[in-house]
Amino acid sequence: MNAKLKETILNPIFKNNPITVLILGICSALAVTVEMKGALVMSISVIIVTGVSSFILSLIRNTIPNRVRIIVQLVVVAMMVILVDQILKAYAYGIEKQLSVYIGLIITNCIVMGRIEAFALGNKPIPSLLDGLANGVGYGLILVVVAIFREIFGSGTLFGVQIIPQSLYEAGYVNNGLTILPPMAMILIGVIIWIQRGIQKDLQE
Amino acid sequence: MEYINLFVKSIFVDNMIFAYFLGMCSFLAVSKTVKTAWGLGLAVIFVLVVTLPINYLLYRYVFQAGALSWLGAGFADVDLSFLSFIIFIAVIAAIVQIVEMVVEKFAPALYSSLGIFLPLIAVNCAILGGSLFMQNKDFVNVGEATVYALGSGIGWFLAIVMLAAVREKMAYNNVPPALKGIGITFITVGLMALAFMTFMGISL
Repeated sequence: MNAKLKETILNPIFKNNPITVLILGICSALAVTVEMKGALVMSISVIIVTGVSSFILSLIRNTIPNRVRIIVQLVVVAMMVILVDQILKAYAYGIEKQLSVYIGLIITNCIVMGRIEAFALGNKPIPSLLDGLANGVGYGLILVVVAIFREIFGSGTLFGVQIIPQSLYEAGYVNNGLTILPPMAMILIGVIIWIQRGIQKDLQE
Repeated sequence: MEYINLFVKSIFVDNMIFAYFLGMCSFLAVSKTVKTAWGLGLAVIFVLVVTLPINYLLYRYVFQAGALSWLGAGFADVDLSFLSFIIFIAVIAAIVQIVEMVVEKFAPALYSSLGIFLPLIAVNCAILGGSLFMQNKDFVNVGEATVYALGSGIGWFLAIVMLAAVREKMAYNNVPPALKGIGITFITVGLMALAFMTFMGISL
């Protein structure tokens, strides 16, 4: 049991990462990674939503009729997202405005629905909670990696603090504007997948 | 003229896929052949055009801050906008279900070609994203919302059919093994998005 639990927690972080292996939840991964701050807030929101909604749905999994389960899942997830959104509005209004529709889009983030369908509906509440949290972390990890690249090369900063020394700019260094634009996020994730599949040969198609 | 401007803008400039990455999951999963991509694209256009105006009307007359003032002065300061997420997704899920049943009954041929994609669409980010963008955009009437829905849907349709066409050709190419499949698809979409950026700034 203990080994199984460990696998539940560790698998989604690298070996079975929701973004690079399962290709779920790409929309927000691409859109919110221009800056570290947004990426981090988004990751935390997704971790909470996946974890708690997996837990709740796993608690009531035996009472949901199979035919209407999608609607029930959507209602629980939407409720969680509303809570997160209201909390962000109250305590981090600037970031909430910056993330705009993407907080609302956690509802249809395939990671949340995917983990509920694939894991929470067939497992006990505690493993489901851990599975949800771990998948959120796996998602957040990729977000943070992409955001680090995009913020450093795109604006020369990290968390809004300048990283690239001023002397370099004076010597003629220019920020790479392309990394801020949406297409670069796609290419970066493509490269991350490339690297991971280079290491994990069994994933290659 | 404003309608045409909005229409062209939502297809090319604010393209759902290339500018906002909405509906990426099904975009990547269902773009292996042009035929299935075509079906899903049409289904997305259809569901967007049906759900977005309904959500617009609901938001405008029920949930927006002060929207209930038509009920009487006492309701003028009611703000239900925090409910909009759950209402939008409920409307979308319900409409998708109804559309599925209607299509199955009256157009079985269409149903068998769209069939498997329709239930998937309820959780497609492009549909909910359209409604959430509508909430931010302050359209003045339901006509604008419909035109926006049609434009975004066609933009999504174009994107998925284009990608499917590229992937069909790419099947014969010699891609490095680790990059094969989804990796090269991501990079292809990135390059296509780059090409789409040339439309930026178009306004009629």
